[in-house]
Amino acid sequence: MSATASSPYGPQADPGPPGMAAKLLGFCEELRGEGVAVGTSEILDAFAALDQVSWTSGDDFREALAATIAKSQDDRRVFELLFDRYFFRAAEAEAIQRGVGEGEEAGGGEPGEGGGERLDLDQLGERIREAMVAGDEDALRDLARLALAAFGRGEGSGVVGVDVQRIRRTLGLSTGSQPATEGGELPPIDRDQLTGFERHLRRELERDLIERTETLPPSRPLAELDRALPTSPTQDLAAVHRAVSQMKRRLATLGHEQRGRNRGASVDVRRTMRASLETGGVPLRLRYRPKRPRRPEIYVLCDVSTSVTSASVFFLSVLHALHDSFRRLRSFVFIERISEVTDVFEHERDFAAVAQKISSEGGVADVSGYTDYGRVWLEFLTEISDELDPRSTVIVLGDARTNGRQPHAEVFAQIADRAGRLFWLNPEPRLYWNYGDSVMAAYERHCDGAFECWTTRHLENFVNVVAGGLPAPE
Amino acid sequence: MADSSHESVQEAKRALAEVGYLADEPAALVSFLAQNLGKPVLVEGPAGVGKTELAKALSRATGRELVRLQCYEGLDEAKAMYEWNYRKQLLRIQAGGEAGWEDVQEDIFSSDFLLRRPLMQAIASPEPVVLLIDEIDKTDQEFEAMLLELLSDFQITIPELGQVAATTMPIVVLTSNDSRELTEALKRRCLYLWLDYPGIEREMEIVRLHVPELSEALTRRLVEVIEMVRELDLKKPPSIAESIDWARTLLLMGAEDVDRETFTRTMSIIVKHRTDIDLVAERVGMKLPEAPSPAG
Repeated sequence: MSATASSPYGPQADPGPPGMAAKLLGFCEELRGEGVAVGTSEILDAFAALDQVSWTSGDDFREALAATIAKSQDDRRVFELLFDRYFFRAAEAEAIQRGVGEGEEAGGGEPGEGGGERLDLDQLGERIREAMVAGDEDALRDLARLALAAFGRGEGSGVVGVDVQRIRRTLGLSTGSQPATEGGELPPIDRDQLTGFERHLRRELERDLIERTETLPPSRPLAELDRALPTSPTQDLAAVHRAVSQMKRRLATLGHEQRGRNRGASVDVRRTMRASLETGGVPLRLRYRPKRPRRPEIYVLCDVSTSVTSASVFFLSVLHALHDSFRRLRSFVFIERISEVTDVFEHERDFAAVAQKISSEGGVADVSGYTDYGRVWLEFLTEISDELDPRSTVIVLGDARTNGRQPHAEVFAQIADRAGRLFWLNPEPRLYWNYGDSVMAAYERHCDGAFECWTTRHLENFVNVVAGGLPAPE
Repeated sequence: MADSSHESVQEAKRALAEVGYLADEPAALVSFLAQNLGKPVLVEGPAGVGKTELAKALSRATGRELVRLQCYEGLDEAKAMYEWNYRKQLLRIQAGGEAGWEDVQEDIFSSDFLLRRPLMQAIASPEPVVLLIDEIDKTDQEFEAMLLELLSDFQITIPELGQVAATTMPIVVLTSNDSRELTEALKRRCLYLWLDYPGIEREMEIVRLHVPELSEALTRRLVEVIEMVRELDLKKPPSIAESIDWARTLLLMGAEDVDRETFTRTMSIIVKHRTDIDLVAERVGMKLPEAPSPAG
């Protein structure tokens, strides 16, 4: 079925230049491959939007697509990267079709040296001059591609800077007054205009070089360079955020059923009156104000020492997601000593920036790089414990490896006493707990639950157990 | 004023400029699409870049009335959509006397007894309006879900009355400060626009538009300083509105240059946090030239 056939937005969208619909669909497919959620409705919107703007204006085209398809800043970044790549290839195919340059796609065939070719180059140079004078960026970009195609891909020295100058000279482009042309005298070109064109040319050459030498599969460069945030065993940030927002709902409602049903409820006059209509205006049934679930207070302690390096990115993303969901959340990172990082998370939305900030100025006294759990509990207890009450939840993210230091489990027990609930998320498989310097057992006794946790699956499991009120698996 | 849909992106941009809003290309394009596709627009971006102002400008540019729903935590449908006017219903029952039960029941659940809240107003208005749903990220997800029917079909279902569909197509603008991730379902129904702080040139134009009396050189200086301030890591970077306020202040003071003393005295207009003020004074104030001799 054609994507435009059943557009609910008035008249059918103009399919644009032949093959455009297919290209757009291909583009959306690539976006999906990069994890951008492009729904059918979004594609329909894109076609409807493109119907409204001119197909020939590069910027409008791009913006209209972006507005309908890329629905967040992250998506937009991926969109920009893919857009350039995808439609650049389309332009390249066009260049072959029109016969500007020949055989370059077939793997470095010799470009012809006949008179026709020369003529093309002269014309090309002239068009580039005109575009430079007019300051038409779109045209310049296209012309740079044409120029490159005309010279034959892979023909140059392989050094981008040298090739840019070679192409520029061959096209007869220079600053200062210009040779007379059929169209009459053109105004002189200044340095900026020429640099502008060289920039386009350079970009095309670079991309060409990348394509020829590395022949990367289309999705690889993106995945590595730009979406690499939560690394190794971790899933993407969005999944963590999803699990945490689930957790939010469940933590908020947990434990309320035990309280007396109407205790402390206050009468809602408006709704009582409203209900009294059923009984002829006599308020027989009282209506109460819905009780707002009390906001949970959460304290998260996160180990960022070297022994949990691989997991700490995941932990930080959990912290980041928690901060997104909970207002009353205080977070701490620790190695040898503890340091509060609530502020960092509250002021910085971008995960990469947060991670960077914490590592640079987290203020964690990191003398030896070895975790000192005992000391951390002591510090936490003296600084924070007054604020702990039965409503608060403490979550510890760490591997419980004390490096042979005093574990101070009794202090930990005090913390567990004061806090309403205490959970431990350990990035190591249960199998390794209590081996070596891990003292998990000493702490686990005091926890309301201890879980292995290094993927979002584990995180979801944690949420489920917490929500179901099930006892932690022993 | 008659409702006027704009014919092209450039026209939309010009119309916005005429009512005092200098839109950049993406903003102009999205406003144009919003009018022509009848899709809601989700505008995200830091505080103070003119998200709300865009909706207001759209309302002025198209000659439509602006209906505004300010979101906050705990906003429910009784305050956002509609509510039965129970006092009036009560009066009707008491005054009705003779009328039979059936009549009364039908009567008190008619639209006469409906209190229209912003969303309902926008739908029911005989003239097309611009509906601004401000700071949607402040509400909870349930509220977002409730909006979905409105955003995709422009209708509201009232159990007692049935569906109320829009007679005219409103332009819907939702703004968000990105304080939480909005649901996919909501995003899918909207066009997306990210507004960011304008570049120096555009901010100059904006300030010049609002404070034309200030000399061009001073405006440039002011905008450059604002830019420096925004680059710092502040709790609350100065918004465009604050740049304009500051320009007005400088004009009133008859300042000729943004020197260190003027800056220190007027800084509180653009920076409004204790810690920010210290930081800005130290990092930006120090870079500014000393004031010339008091006589000047």
